[in-house]
Amino acid sequence: MYHFNFTPVFRKFPEILSGALLTLIISSLAILLGFAVGVVCALLRTNGPKPLRTLVSIYVEAVRNTPFLVQLFIVYFALPTIGIRLTAVEAGILAMVANLGAYAAEIVRAGIEAVHRLQIEAGAALGMSRLQILRHVVLPPAIEAVYPSLTSQFILMMLASSLLSAISVNELTGVAQLLTSLTFRSFEIYFTIGVLYIVLTLLLKAAFQVIGFASFKRWRRLGGANLVFAPVQRFRRMLESARNA
Amino acid sequence: MFGQFGWHAITLLLIAARWTVLLSVLAFALGGLAGFAVALVRTSRSPVSRTITAAYIEIVQGTPVLILLFLAYFGVALIGIDVPPLLAASIALTVFSSAYLGEIWRGCIDAIPRAQWEASESLGMTRWQQLRHIILPQAFRISLPPTVGFLVQLIKNTSVASLISLVELTREGQLIANANFRPLPTYVAVALIYFVLCFPLSKYSQSLERRLHVGRQS
Repeated sequence: MYHFNFTPVFRKFPEILSGALLTLIISSLAILLGFAVGVVCALLRTNGPKPLRTLVSIYVEAVRNTPFLVQLFIVYFALPTIGIRLTAVEAGILAMVANLGAYAAEIVRAGIEAVHRLQIEAGAALGMSRLQILRHVVLPPAIEAVYPSLTSQFILMMLASSLLSAISVNELTGVAQLLTSLTFRSFEIYFTIGVLYIVLTLLLKAAFQVIGFASFKRWRRLGGANLVFAPVQRFRRMLESARNA
Repeated sequence: MFGQFGWHAITLLLIAARWTVLLSVLAFALGGLAGFAVALVRTSRSPVSRTITAAYIEIVQGTPVLILLFLAYFGVALIGIDVPPLLAASIALTVFSSAYLGEIWRGCIDAIPRAQWEASESLGMTRWQQLRHIILPQAFRISLPPTVGFLVQLIKNTSVASLISLVELTREGQLIANANFRPLPTYVAVALIYFVLCFPLSKYSQSLERRLHVGRQS
């Protein structure tokens, strides 16, 4: 009978936490940059000149139909042969940005196409330039409409960052592999790591809700049934009624 | 083979791609069965079993496939047998797809209007008859595009099995690149083979979506 032994996990917990921190940092960076790439590509694909549209759709289809692990290997192992040398962390972030950019582009494009034509015509009637219309009329409701899909894609990206361990980045999974070879307590370590990934997922979900509330007026208005903000709003209402009394 | 990338390497890659396909089919079939059960329990009337399946989905979707794979690999080893990588990979990907397919199909069952349940109940149908004759046939129709879309995700995720040295497409690519020192053409060829497997399915999923006039959900 196997005896579980979590002592090595507790002893090495600071290392594990530093791995989790690196996962969080790398993922946040990749999410920020990947989102920016996605928005630019979505705009190019819907409003850009024809050759650029084709290029963007080739990029999007190429990324969406190949595994992230292979993309990672191409960036880390194949780019040096044509003279582009990157450290493991840089290569990892670059692959994540390229991957997320394509998915985000497809999601944001769906949002842009859902914006009603009359809104754009109304913007033009007010004398707004093409760029102003995109920036002020099209993008805000488009991103708000697809925000839930975007955030679940962001979380999938954070989870996929575990593959960076395959190119020797010491993020959460990388640290776990290192500790496994030191302590031979594989199952205990990966179990702990799995729990930590779930914690990271919940953390990101909460963070995206806060960001959603800070960015979208409509969310604040309809926010009654919300997990994170329901208590805050209840508290605020309580204060207000106390003040009025 | 040193220093060059030619037909020999491509043949090796294609042979290894069979394992990618086999693993995808296995995980899709087993994960589909389990996922169907998850979806049914997730939409059942008992709050306890609904909560349990919701937690299952949440836990699996909050864990990277790679960690599921390691847990399967080292977890099965705990009972004292030498785990073949194919077994560990099949278990991990089955768990993975059961959670995702369960959640997708739950959405499809929930999308059927409540009136359909009420109307069939008023005809005196049992819960199982309602599902069998009224709800599931309609849910099946709208479930097709996201299910095919998920199959693409699954095929891509089988690449993770290379990290427990199952010699499927990605691992074979790694082995070849290590031998011929030509990573660029090798990995691009690997990517191309995945593309050939996935792209038709992606397009099929999109055309199904258009044909069924189902709202766009990535």
